[in-house]
Amino acid sequence: MEHQVVEGSKPVTVPALDPTITARGVNVFYGDKQAIFDVDVDVPRNAITSFIGPSGCGKSTFLRCINRMNDTIPICTVTGDIRIDGEDIYDPRLDVVELRARVGMVFQKPNPFPKSIYENIAYGPRIHGLTRSKKELDELVEKCLEKAGLLKEVKDRMNEPGTGLSGGQQQRLCIARAIATRPEVILMDEPCSALDPIATAKVEELMEELKENYTIIIVTHSMQQAARVSQRTAFFHLGKLVENGDTRQIFTNPSDKRTQDYITGRFG
Amino acid sequence: MVVYLFLLLLAIASSGFLLGRFKARAAGVGQDVKMHSLDGYHGWFVAAWAGIPAVLLTLLWLLFQGPVIDWLLVGSLPANKVQAIDGGKLQLLVSQIKSVAAGNIFSQPEPFVVEAAERYNRWKDIASWSLFAVATVLALVGLLVARSRISPRFRARNGVETIMSGLMIACSVIAILTTLGIVVSLLYETLRFFDRVSVVEFFTGLNWEPQIPIREGQVTAGGAFGALPVFWGTMMIALIAMLVATPIGLFAAVYLTEYASARLRDVVKPLLEILAGIPTVVYGFFAVLTVAPAMRTFGEAIGLNIAPNSALAAGAVMGIMLIPFISSLSDDAINAVPQSLRDGSYGLGATKGETITKVLLPAALPGIMGGILLAVSRAIGETMIVVMAAGIIAALTLNPFEPVTTVTVQIVTLLIGDSEFDNPKTLAAFALGLVLFLATLVLNVIALRIVQKYREQYD
Ligand SMILES: Nc1ncnc2c1ncn2[C@@H]1O[C@H](COP(=O)(O)OP(=O)(O)OP(=O)(O)O)[C@@H](O)[C@H]1O
Ligand SMILES: [Mg+2]
Repeated sequence: MEHQVVEGSKPVTVPALDPTITARGVNVFYGDKQAIFDVDVDVPRNAITSFIGPSGCGKSTFLRCINRMNDTIPICTVTGDIRIDGEDIYDPRLDVVELRARVGMVFQKPNPFPKSIYENIAYGPRIHGLTRSKKELDELVEKCLEKAGLLKEVKDRMNEPGTGLSGGQQQRLCIARAIATRPEVILMDEPCSALDPIATAKVEELMEELKENYTIIIVTHSMQQAARVSQRTAFFHLGKLVENGDTRQIFTNPSDKRTQDYITGRFG
Repeated sequence: MVVYLFLLLLAIASSGFLLGRFKARAAGVGQDVKMHSLDGYHGWFVAAWAGIPAVLLTLLWLLFQGPVIDWLLVGSLPANKVQAIDGGKLQLLVSQIKSVAAGNIFSQPEPFVVEAAERYNRWKDIASWSLFAVATVLALVGLLVARSRISPRFRARNGVETIMSGLMIACSVIAILTTLGIVVSLLYETLRFFDRVSVVEFFTGLNWEPQIPIREGQVTAGGAFGALPVFWGTMMIALIAMLVATPIGLFAAVYLTEYASARLRDVVKPLLEILAGIPTVVYGFFAVLTVAPAMRTFGEAIGLNIAPNSALAAGAVMGIMLIPFISSLSDDAINAVPQSLRDGSYGLGATKGETITKVLLPAALPGIMGGILLAVSRAIGETMIVVMAAGIIAALTLNPFEPVTTVTVQIVTLLIGDSEFDNPKTLAAFALGLVLFLATLVLNVIALRIVQKYREQYD
C-alpha cells in the first residue's frame, strides 16, 4: 500500500536517550485493511511514554504489537521491526510466551480472573515458576498488592473472588497481577478509563513509583493525564505516528499542526 | 358435522373482523375524532368475541355430550336387562348398542338393543343440532355485543391484549395440567404397587424376577420385586456412557473453541449436530450389530469373555450418542468466557494450554458441569439403545462385560404383552417410572440451576 504523503510527511521524532523499545517501519493490517502505517517510535527506559490520538487511530493496535498480542487475532498481520533491548521480537525463533512475561499488559477494561484475589496475583508467578515455596509466593503476592496500593483494602479477603472488587480495585488488581510476573515493560491500554478521579490518582501515583524500575507505555484519552504522568508522548492520527517527543515540548510547542489541533481539542 | 360447525364459526369470526373494522373506520371518519385504537384492533376484538366463546362452548359440549347420552341410554334400558349384569358387561352392552347404531350388525341383536340403538341415534342427532344452533347463536350474539361497543374512545387495543394474554395463559395451563396429570397418575399407580409390594423390598431387594403367573395354575417364578439390580444396571450403563462421552465431548469442545480455525469449525459443528440428530434406534442397532460383535471378537482375541449384550457395548454406544450433547453445551460454556480473560492470561505469558486449563475450564466449569448432569439425566432415561443392546435379566455385577438391565428396559418388558392393570408386574412399571422421573427431575433442576447461575456471572 502506498504511503500517503501528508504535510510534514516524515514524522518529527526527537530520538530518546537509551531507548528500551525501538520500532521501525511498523505496518499492521487487519485482513486487507491497514491500521498502522510505517510507524517509527523509540520508548525510553525507566520512563513513562504516553500514546495519544483520536479514537480508532491505532493506539491499541500498536500497543498490542509490542507484546505480540496481535498474534491472537487470526486476521492480523504485522510487518516491520520492533526491538526490545536490541532483540527482534518478531524473530521466528523468539518464544512469544516468554516475551509476554517480559512485557506485561494492563487492559482497558479490568479483567480479573474469576478466582480469588490471591490466585489472581499468583497466576503469573506460578506458571513461570518464579517462586520456590508457598511462603515466597505469599510474600510476592503481598508485595505486588502493596505496590498496586491495594493491600490495605484486601488484606483480610485474599480468598474472596477478584471479580467481587470494585472497578477501580479490579484495575489495580490487574496492575498487581501484571507486575507479579516481573516484567521489564508494562503496557497500559487506557487503564483509567473506567475509574473515578480518586482511583485514577492512585493508579497514576503507582505508575510514578513503578517507573523507577519499569518502562511504561500508557494509552490515554486524557490530555491532562498524558501531560501529568508521562515524560514522552507519541501522537497517532489515522494509523500514522504524527509526532513523538518530549511531553513538555509536545504540549507546549507541537511541531505539527494536527498535534496542536488535537491537544487543544479542535478535533478528535 | 363438527367440522362444519367450526367452519361456520370461523366464517362468523372473520365477518366479525370485517364488520368491526368497518364500523370503526366509519366511526372514526364520521365524527372526526381520533380513535383510541387502530381499526384492525376493533376488528380483532369483535372477531375474538364472536369466535372464542362459541368455540369454548363447543369443546365443552363435545366433552360432556358422550357421557350424558350414555347415561341417558343406560337409564332408558329395560330394568330387567340391566339389573342382572355387572359394570363390565354393561359397558359391553353399551358398546354393542353403539355399534348397532353405527350400522355394524354382526349377529342378530336382541330387539331391545335395536330399539336402544335407534334412540341413541336420535339423541345424538338432537344433541348435534342443538349444539349447532346454540354455538351459532352464541357466536352471533358475541359479534353483535362486541360490535355495539365500538366507539372512538373504546380501548379495543387493550381488549385484544387482554384476550391474547388470556389465550397464552390458557395454553400454558394446559401444558402444566397435562404434566401434572401424568405425574399424579404415575404417583397413584405407584401407590397401588406399594400396596402389594413393600417399599423396603423394592428399594433394597436384590432379586428382580417380575414374571408372575398370569393365568391360574401357570408355573413361573414367584415374582420378586427387589429393584436394586435394575437401578445398579442403569447407573453402570450411565457411568460407562459418561466415561466415554465426557472426555471426548469436552476435548472436542475445547478443540473447536480454542484451536480449530474458523473454517474447520464451520464444517465440524454442523457435523456434530448431525450426530445429535441420529435417531436412537439407529444407535441401537449400531450397538447390537457392530459394536457388540466387535467387542466380543476383540475380547476373545485377548482371552476375555464378553457377553453379546454387555453393559460395555450399550454404555459405549450411549456415550457416543451423548458426545454432541456434551460438546455443544461445553462449547457454549467455553465460548461464554469473555475474550478479555483469555487476553489477560496470554498477556501474562501463559501458553494456550495453561490458559485453557487454568482460566477457561475453571471459568466454564459450572456450565460444563450443568451439561454433564443434563447428559446423565438423558443417559438414565435413554430407552431405545438399551432395549436393543442391554440385557433383560437383572444382575448385580461389577463386571462391565456381563449383561445388565436398566430401568427403562424393565419398564418396556413389563408392559409388553397384555396383562391387566392391577397386578404387581404391570404396576411395577409405574414405580420404576416414578423413580426414573424423580431422578431425572432432580438432575435437571440441579443442572439448570448451575447453568443459570453461571450465566449470571458474566452478563
Ligand atoms: N480485531 C480487529 N479486527 C479488525 N479491525 C480492527 C480490530 N481491532 C481494531 N481494528 C481496527 O483498527 C483500527 C485501529 O483500532 P484501535 O483499536 O487500535 O484504535 P484505538 O486508537 O485504540 O482507538 P480507541 O481509542 O477507541 O481505543 C480501527 O479502525 C479499528 O476498526
Ligand atoms: Mg484502544
